[in-house]
Amino acid sequence: MEFFQKLKPHHLDALKEIGNIGAGHAATALSKLLNKKIDMSVPAVRLVSFQDLPDQIGGADQKVAAIFLRIEGDAPGSIFYISHIEETEKLIQHLTNELTFQLQEPPYDELGTSAFLEVGNILAGSYLSSLADFTQLSLQPSVPGFSVDMAGAILSYGLIPLSEVGDYAIVIDTEMMELDAKEGRIRGHFLLLPDPQSFKEIFTALGVDLR
Amino acid sequence: MSSVIKVRMADLNVVSAPDTIRTSGLGSCVGVVIYDDKRAIAGMAHIMLPSSSLSKHLMTNEAKYADTAIPALLTQLEKRGARLYSLKAKLAGGAQMFSFSTGNDLMRIGPRNVEATKDKLKELGIPIIAEDVGGKSGRTIEFNPISQLLQIRTVNKGTTEI
Repeated sequence: MEFFQKLKPHHLDALKEIGNIGAGHAATALSKLLNKKIDMSVPAVRLVSFQDLPDQIGGADQKVAAIFLRIEGDAPGSIFYISHIEETEKLIQHLTNELTFQLQEPPYDELGTSAFLEVGNILAGSYLSSLADFTQLSLQPSVPGFSVDMAGAILSYGLIPLSEVGDYAIVIDTEMMELDAKEGRIRGHFLLLPDPQSFKEIFTALGVDLR
Repeated sequence: MSSVIKVRMADLNVVSAPDTIRTSGLGSCVGVVIYDDKRAIAGMAHIMLPSSSLSKHLMTNEAKYADTAIPALLTQLEKRGARLYSLKAKLAGGAQMFSFSTGNDLMRIGPRNVEATKDKLKELGIPIIAEDVGGKSGRTIEFNPISQLLQIRTVNKGTTEI
């Protein structure tokens, strides 16, 4: 917490820039993959208490589909791609041409879930590689994991490393959405949660004064 | 009128009948309920980490760790009028939400939380009456101090009571 109290607006701006660059590349990759126009929001950089984080995704009880990856290398952290069940079904149906794909109850079709994991790989890979180019840090994504469950249960997983040092997380949140959709847009949140020790690395790499 | 008291992540609270107590979206976290079965008083903690010795800074929130949350819960229960000798416990949570191997200790946090919670309860002599731990599913739990039942809801397997 002491560290977070020292953060100034220009630190948050630097993190926002990271979100912009990373998500910009990820949105382009997603757009190519889906052959659809994908738009992204201006990244929101928030300092939130753990307890408030699930509320930003619709509440701890909200059922969501999520991909989770760890970032390994110079600046470890967690990446989530989270979207609503119906929107994920639509994304997977579009990718696989399997219009019966469903996430309402297991078992889920394996081809569909592996297609979704591949989306996670591509999004995280392009996000991280542009980030690594920009900061000259070495960053590698882990193998992604997939889950359909309560937002609180899913998000708390990525909060563990942060919870060891405090009660707050910095979340770099970018919303990606399909443009020109006739019905039910494909939409999702891309969340980057750097581990506590990574902020120093990131700010130093970006040439931002720590004080 | 009874109301539902909510316990958030890394938080704890105590209720008396007819109120019930609930926490939502337990993943690798453990929800522990400690209740006085004679006096219809119950407390719940939503534990994130096994041990406060993992904390790399000054500890700010004792509800976050198994080894500090349980003693803090006992203090609050006593203040509410519960007697230590009639306390019992039920617990749920400690799931592994994502199954992939990175050799990272983070991935085993669920089982470690369960273990640490049980160790602390045993050390304090509080018997565990029922548990629903492990697995891969998130849980929302609610305890009723009158029926002394813990209701557990998951997204795919419906609702059960222990």
